[in-house]
Amino acid sequence: MPVVVVLSCVAGLVGTGCVAIAAGHGPRACRAVYGASLVLSLAALAAALVALLDGAAGPSATVLPLGLPWLGAQFRVDALAAFFLVTVNLGGAAASLYGLGITGEPAPHRVVPFFPAFLAAMNLVVLADDAFTFLFSWELMSLASWALVMAHHREHDNARAGYVYLVMASFGTLALLLAFGLLAGADGGYGFADIRAAAPTPLVAGLVLGLVLLGAGSKAGIVPVHVWLPLAHPAAPSHVSALMSGVMTKVAVYGLVRVAFDLLGEPAWWWSMVVLALGGATAVLGVLYALMQHDLKRLLAYHTVENIGIIYIGLGLALAFKADGMGLAAALALTAALFHVLNHSLFKSLLFFGAGAVLAATGERDMERLGGLIRRMPLTAVAVLVGCVAISALPPLNGFVSEWLTLQAILQSPQLPQWGLKILVPAVGGLLALSAALAAACFVKAYGVTFLGRPRSPQAETAREADRFALAAMAAFAGLCLLAGILPGLVIDGLAPVAQALVGQRMAPQLGQPWLSIVPIGESQSSYNGLLVFAFIALSASMAIYAIHRWASRAARRAPAWDCGFPEASPATQYTAGSFAQPIRRVLGTGVFRAREHVDMPPPGDPRPARLTVDLRDLIWDGIYAPIARAVGFAADRLNHLQFLTIRRYLTLVFLALVTLLLVLALWV
Amino acid sequence: MGVIADILVQGAQMALVLLLAPMLTGFVRKVKARLMRRRGPSLVQPYRDLVRLLRKEVVLADNASWLFRLTPYLIFAATWVAASLVPTFATGLTFSWTADLIAIIALLASARFFLALAGMDVGTSFGGIGSSREMMISSFAEPAMLLIVFTLALVAGSTQLSSVAVYMASPQVGLRVSLGLAAIALVMVAIAENARIPVDNPATHLELTMVHEAMVLEYSGRHLAMIELASSLKLLLFVSLIACLFAPWGLTVAGGGIGAYAVGAAAYGAKLAVGGVLLAVFETGIAKLRVFRVPDFLGAALMLGLLATLLLFVSRSL
Repeated sequence: MPVVVVLSCVAGLVGTGCVAIAAGHGPRACRAVYGASLVLSLAALAAALVALLDGAAGPSATVLPLGLPWLGAQFRVDALAAFFLVTVNLGGAAASLYGLGITGEPAPHRVVPFFPAFLAAMNLVVLADDAFTFLFSWELMSLASWALVMAHHREHDNARAGYVYLVMASFGTLALLLAFGLLAGADGGYGFADIRAAAPTPLVAGLVLGLVLLGAGSKAGIVPVHVWLPLAHPAAPSHVSALMSGVMTKVAVYGLVRVAFDLLGEPAWWWSMVVLALGGATAVLGVLYALMQHDLKRLLAYHTVENIGIIYIGLGLALAFKADGMGLAAALALTAALFHVLNHSLFKSLLFFGAGAVLAATGERDMERLGGLIRRMPLTAVAVLVGCVAISALPPLNGFVSEWLTLQAILQSPQLPQWGLKILVPAVGGLLALSAALAAACFVKAYGVTFLGRPRSPQAETAREADRFALAAMAAFAGLCLLAGILPGLVIDGLAPVAQALVGQRMAPQLGQPWLSIVPIGESQSSYNGLLVFAFIALSASMAIYAIHRWASRAARRAPAWDCGFPEASPATQYTAGSFAQPIRRVLGTGVFRAREHVDMPPPGDPRPARLTVDLRDLIWDGIYAPIARAVGFAADRLNHLQFLTIRRYLTLVFLALVTLLLVLALWV
Repeated sequence: MGVIADILVQGAQMALVLLLAPMLTGFVRKVKARLMRRRGPSLVQPYRDLVRLLRKEVVLADNASWLFRLTPYLIFAATWVAASLVPTFATGLTFSWTADLIAIIALLASARFFLALAGMDVGTSFGGIGSSREMMISSFAEPAMLLIVFTLALVAGSTQLSSVAVYMASPQVGLRVSLGLAAIALVMVAIAENARIPVDNPATHLELTMVHEAMVLEYSGRHLAMIELASSLKLLLFVSLIACLFAPWGLTVAGGGIGAYAVGAAAYGAKLAVGGVLLAVFETGIAKLRVFRVPDFLGAALMLGLLATLLLFVSRSL
């Protein structure tokens, strides 16, 4: 019974959190908590893997006498839940491993109790099989992560990040609450089995989808409800940032998949239009925002927004194909989206671990003060390089495989009958390609400015290599990125039961293909073999190295950099993150961010330095959130007068309210 | 026996692209020189340059890292693998299914990613300017390329280059508006990808106009030789790609025998020559664009690609 094993692990995690409050916060207590989290996550991971791969077992369910008295707390592990449990616990185990090596955490008592609780809550969301348990766990996940975001609450801007996160999380839960209320109907059948049995009318189903896109989408970081994410994710300690970006956003994706593919029954075709449009916009805007950032962790957080967009594109395609009865194509699109879920959790966690190692070694998140770390932190540099190549969707690593599958799914779409989709899908394909290319630019910038070049500050010059636990966590995920990239058939076959359960068909088995290729539709249509591509590149590169060193020349001499004959001594003359992004900012940013450059050039004879400043505006914040905040402030100011009335006036108000309510009641009934 | 013969033919293709690539570069240079009433260097000059560079010692900047030293080989390997997967004289070779057109484009993107990183490794301003502009150009070239791939895949029902080439050679294709648009867009993308005029100038030594040359400014000796060879391979790859997609005549099918292979190889040589002459004429006749005009150029390619795809989505017969 996998559900029992995972639930026991969750109970263990909750217990660890409670003990951590009592046990104090010395280094040994912290290590014990992270050690326990690691062991429990690994156990849950093993149980979830067994549940996913053992197709014959079927779903396993249990009811605990908690929660609503007539309902109990229902839990169930089916193929979909098992896959997301794998993702959650894989990320959780790596973050715990990273946590083992943390020294010098300024406020461990604000981190250690909430860390296992956060892991437990994410597991519970995926396990839940009734609306009450789902929402309760969802809120627990929000609050635990909020507490972790506020761990360093005295740092600049962190309090604001926590506030925005709390507001957006409450808003998201409210939307989900309404969605489940609509799903459960007037009789209050809150169990997922009851919801599945009751077929909602098209209007209700559409409303529910909209609410879930708002609720789960805000947690996942869909534009325009993403604003909290780039504030909150970087504010948390780095291993928690990895969990929030790599894993919690995936739990949010799970929420959408569970409702849209499972609970709502048959989809309508126009749902996919909404999801595809949101996904395309999110992918491109996310990466553009990321390109403009100089803060390493914030850049990574904006990249999460981009990748969620890519996942949504896959899900939208799957909805379209499912609605039009194209089961095989739907299975392909859904597999692509879920493959990207796993991939993103791998490389985004890896990159956040790397950013954490850089932060711990230098105390800097600002890329403009880093540089040259490849010489000071060689092992971290290798692992982060793997993550950068993977997230830029370059072969032979894993990010490419899932984007390739998504593109193959897009190529299936001309057979869709609806005109809206026929026109939207190729445009979204173009947006997907644009976001992939921009992601490569963004990670050349991030890696080049942080790890390459010359150190731009004394801290970067004296950085030390990360500790062995952080290195182990990064190495494990870098290895998994490579493994999933060269043996994608393993993952695709592992995802087959999920596709079978959600869209009624599965992709053809891939592991039986010759040479371990992947063939999504048919051999004459498309195929890709990561293993051979990797082997060919490795082989020809080493052949070239051997031949040249053997027969041509192996002499090398060190000398000052050439730089066209004018080597400049100061590291400040290097290209910075801002200057790297300048061409793209000039081309795309003038429209998207209203980017304006101001040159302050003093007249001849004035000894002031010349200055170039760039103005970037976040149009989504200015256009949506700022007006709402102003309206709330305005209303609060007006209503504030009510606090200073005399007792007579209060009594009058109470009386008037009573009369009005009675009148309404009388007229209503 | 059959398997060994197949692998031999595949190996012959790999050797062929490697050997022909410098020749094509030399040929384009020669034709350009003749068009400008110069004599130009001989056709084998690129080979001589490569041998000379390979024999020289490498001068590394003081702070160059291992990434800087490894990158030339990685770029060469990725480009070589990509170039050997494009049909040259025959379709359906043993390993042709290893990567489809999307994967070949992505392999080139991998090579570019590492080259851009190497440009930033030493920490000079020229390396940075080259990397930054190269990534800006590729940000527009790649989506355009992908939309072209969409067009081809929708027409031929496959992203597998061999299948597409076979389909293009068959009489059922006919003239299509979409394919015409895609061909123009592909040529524009190929010019940008290969750093040719009007996007970039492969012969420039004026620093502020360099893109590709600025990234490789710090390279010397065998490293520079690898990068030069990779650039030649990339040019050959794009000419082969355009030839096998839009001029698939003379392509033979794997297993056709020595005679068929010879015909295919002769046809391939002729196509390369025609492609080289056209490129030289185009480059001679046009001036280089300002860097910030390049997005307009590639934006046009992007729009052509999108138009071609949309036409196909809207009507399967255009």
